[in-house]
Amino acid sequence: MLTKRIIPCLDIKDGRTVKGINFLNIRDAGDPVELGSLYAQHGADELVFLDISATNEKRKTFASLVKDIARHINIPFTVGGGISSVQDVAPLLEAGADKVSINSAAVRNPKLIDDLSRAFGSQCIVLAIDARTVNDNWLVHTNGGRQATDIRLFPWAKEGQERGAGEILFTSMDHDGTKAGFATEALNALHNLLNIPVIASGGAGNKEHFVEAFTKGKADAALAASIFHFREVDIPDLKLFLKNNGVNVRL
Amino acid sequence: MNLVLIKYNAGNIQSVSFALERLGISFNITDDAEQIRKADKVIFPGVGEASTTMTFLKEKKLDQLIKSLTQPVLGVCLGMQLMCRFSEENNTPCLGIFDEDVKRFIPESTMKVPHMGWNKLLLREDSWLNPELSDQYVYFVHSFYVPVNRYTSALTDYINPFSAALKKDNFYGVQFHPEKSASTGELVLKSFLDL
Repeated sequence: MLTKRIIPCLDIKDGRTVKGINFLNIRDAGDPVELGSLYAQHGADELVFLDISATNEKRKTFASLVKDIARHINIPFTVGGGISSVQDVAPLLEAGADKVSINSAAVRNPKLIDDLSRAFGSQCIVLAIDARTVNDNWLVHTNGGRQATDIRLFPWAKEGQERGAGEILFTSMDHDGTKAGFATEALNALHNLLNIPVIASGGAGNKEHFVEAFTKGKADAALAASIFHFREVDIPDLKLFLKNNGVNVRL
Repeated sequence: MNLVLIKYNAGNIQSVSFALERLGISFNITDDAEQIRKADKVIFPGVGEASTTMTFLKEKKLDQLIKSLTQPVLGVCLGMQLMCRFSEENNTPCLGIFDEDVKRFIPESTMKVPHMGWNKLLLREDSWLNPELSDQYVYFVHSFYVPVNRYTSALTDYINPFSAALKKDNFYGVQFHPEKSASTGELVLKSFLDL
């Protein structure tokens, strides 16, 4: 039986992990390779590395970092941040990334999804969607959530699938940072709407929240950042807890 | 041991190379027929689409070469699928080493396609895979599959049971990605390298 996936997300700026990271027994918590390897050893099923560097110049550093990650980490990983063309993606996949995530650029130019899935295969194209509720409607936001659009979440996710996305990474901005749980209702609606996997993101605060994302939300995978970085939730503990609550995971 | 990784437009060459490096194995990446023929073992990687990949292999005359090899050859993911007779992915005639056809997964309500993530290996008796791999999880990403057949060495269940690993004579195949399957994947590569 296919297992549910746990995915730590690392934000990278100028080649270093950002957000205060509170790890003992790690030489350099700012080193994405070392932190990623540690998560892989702890039983993370995949990793996401998101480049939040501000300039294209700094992004070039990222491609060489991707190669370093691929050299040392023996589980699949997705990279994203500022990808807007086929030319952006080729070097990342050649460097050893398994998937790329696209977000704002796909909203501005939906054909990008078709182009990328045709060039590299749907399996490596993750459509990341940031959305929040405005007057009871889930509206898509771009530019790291700063820019509102009038695009609705569900039709956009469906369009993404039809254009060739292989996965949807849905971040609920309503829940992100609250530590009050994932957007289980919206996740469940996405599950019913789509026949590609859905990754839940935003709101993880404790182990029960992951159980809810997988049971009520029917998510295929769940992503979190700070609770893993600050060791509020330990991945081996979390996976055992999931298993004991009837969620099929890789132990 | 003289190990060769066949160089072509496969998407996972870099990842397979890194996995071999992590094992401390030396190898050559080449599309040179002579070097491939002389190798003790050959790995045929693969991520991509069947028809364009077959066209590429034919242009490079690698299709006839791979079929004619007599040393152990391991096909990974698309590499294994291309070693079959025919793929439903754009109705592509393949190498025909395994006389089996590659089918498309039909999505079911709760079962999504691609089959993406970690799933369990069930080893058949006399499998070439290390017995410790029984019931272990490995990483899959695929929308097409090889049905269970007489060459099946390990199977996995998703929508229906399918071949996770194959073997016929000197030809071996795995549908999953050992290069991305953590320490379990390393044991799979070792199973082949230790043959």
